[in-house]
Amino acid sequence: MTDPLLHIQRLRTSFKIKDDYYAAVDDVSLEVNKNEIVAIVGESGCGKSALAASITGLHNKERTKMDGRISFKNKDIANASINQLNQLRGSEIGMIFQDPLTALNPLMIIGEQIEETLMLHQKMSRQERKKRTVELLKEVGIPRAEQIYYQYPHQLSGGMRQRVVIAIAIANNPSLLIADEPTTALDVTIQSQILDLIRKLKDEMHAGIILITHDLGVVAEMADRVAVMYAGQIVEIAPVIELFDNPKHPYTRSLLQSVPSAFDKQERLYVIQGVVPPLPNLPREGCRFKSRIPWIPEEVHEKEPKMHEVGPGHFVRCTCYEDFHFIGEDGGMNHGAS
Amino acid sequence: MWTFTFRRVLIMIPQILLLSIVIFFLAKMMPGDALTGLIDPNIGPEAIEAQREKLGLNDPWHVQYWNWITNLFQGDLGQSFQHKLPVTEIINQRLWNTFWLSVLTLILTYLIAIPLGLISGRYNDTISDRIITGYTYIGFAAPVFIFALLMLFIFGFQLGWFPTGGSVTPGTVPGTWSFFLSKVYHMLLPALSMALITTVSTVQYLRSEIIDTKQKDFVLLARSKGVSETRIYRKHIFRNSLLPIAAFFGYEISGLIGGSIFIENIFSYPGIGQLFLSSLMQRDTSVVTALVLLFGIASILGTLISDLILSIVDPRIRMK
Repeated sequence: MTDPLLHIQRLRTSFKIKDDYYAAVDDVSLEVNKNEIVAIVGESGCGKSALAASITGLHNKERTKMDGRISFKNKDIANASINQLNQLRGSEIGMIFQDPLTALNPLMIIGEQIEETLMLHQKMSRQERKKRTVELLKEVGIPRAEQIYYQYPHQLSGGMRQRVVIAIAIANNPSLLIADEPTTALDVTIQSQILDLIRKLKDEMHAGIILITHDLGVVAEMADRVAVMYAGQIVEIAPVIELFDNPKHPYTRSLLQSVPSAFDKQERLYVIQGVVPPLPNLPREGCRFKSRIPWIPEEVHEKEPKMHEVGPGHFVRCTCYEDFHFIGEDGGMNHGAS
Repeated sequence: MWTFTFRRVLIMIPQILLLSIVIFFLAKMMPGDALTGLIDPNIGPEAIEAQREKLGLNDPWHVQYWNWITNLFQGDLGQSFQHKLPVTEIINQRLWNTFWLSVLTLILTYLIAIPLGLISGRYNDTISDRIITGYTYIGFAAPVFIFALLMLFIFGFQLGWFPTGGSVTPGTVPGTWSFFLSKVYHMLLPALSMALITTVSTVQYLRSEIIDTKQKDFVLLARSKGVSETRIYRKHIFRNSLLPIAAFFGYEISGLIGGSIFIENIFSYPGIGQLFLSSLMQRDTSVVTALVLLFGIASILGTLISDLILSIVDPRIRMK
């Protein structure tokens, strides 16, 4: 078996709040292979964006502590210097951000913003750079690329700007693309166009893609594998079909339960009780999802929840999945599949 | 760009007209006129009344205003009774002194503010930031005239490094190199005293703007492109942080006018700030009116320059 493109092992990223460090990403291990889309899902504040930014060390160094290993193409990059990281960023690892309306420098023309990344990572003459930039704009589906080159971000729509952001991310043919909620700020038609574009890029460049989202529809449509995050940890990871057909962890099941269905019109949507606790108050011991399923007896949780393999490539954290049932259902009737 | 500039200049015409009306009425509302004081008491009231009639002081207001404004356009601002000279002549002598003093002050203000603001914003909450913000608080708290007196006392009188008054060494020939140097030498201490105080608000603006900008998404995107920190500050953060500073420029000019009144009096510098105060003390109405009008026009020009700078820096403003 070939080595994965990106291999994250037991990553913990902690942020400084006042004088203490709090882990926003805690004990996360994840592999991403070439030509694979791995989706990371979870509710707001679960640490998915913090995880994405950790990979290329984008956090403010003075307020962040990172432990664990991140190897990219068999090189450890968790402890890389800023210069080494700058060589990777934009060339080997491209990033797409959530809000295209704020992601571009308002005072720079589009062409200049794309050329900047070409200039930093490739030896090209001015003319070559411009030619490549116009090509990139066409590649991401921007019409009138020659004119758009000279325009400022405020002259473009949100969808167009997201295409520009994508053009920047893919300018140097990266082998890993990190897309942090690339469609959240866009309306549905534009969203599907952008997703089509990302899929096309995967097919053409054979890059590994990390797709961060909280939209399960996007996951079903795009991902090869899915990692579900809760409170800084991955609670379940599985191939996409397996996850939708056979979800194990109470959190995954609750998430899927709360998606409205077109066929089964319930009176009320399922709601997960409570909220994700803020970072300083996260439970550090035991099963982190415990407080949100209070009707499940204490004994079924593990003291120190570990990942359990329940199928090929399918892992679940904590033993509570075996005895989980939704409130109102009979616990005895709905025992785990194991 | 040119249509924007043209339209922006056009707007100034009604602004200046309105300003002149306000100033005219404020001057008229002051008690007394040119014939109330300093008149030989032996002259009978009939003669004074006849003179009033002759000078047009009994005309209705719009006729008086029209006479004043048409004279103004012909470059006639009236006579100064204190100096017994045409107002234009008196102002003209001093205007350039104040102009160059203000230019030097502005240059010094930005020479101080930009590096300090950059360091303070980039390395916020470090020792150097604390020292710089400490200085800005002192600057905010210290009144210009106290600080200027202190500077004059230390560097002018105690150490004797700078001249303590005037705008040029007597006897130097205008147009020569030594004349120019002497001018700059005389301006340096007043300009520095004013700049050190007025710069603090610009430092603070720049600091908070940089702290704000460096957390923006496009900076994160620039980092994700592999742009080095130095280049991020130079190409992405700095220019985006300059917008409020540019917007502040017009206000800065009105501040300079107010400041020049103190500074020129303290350093006995023959400019219009000094002239303004002495004319006010002497009730030299025609000079005061002319100067207030001049200050008003300077402020309007300041905002014009602000807007033009903004439109050069920010494409979003240019388009509208």
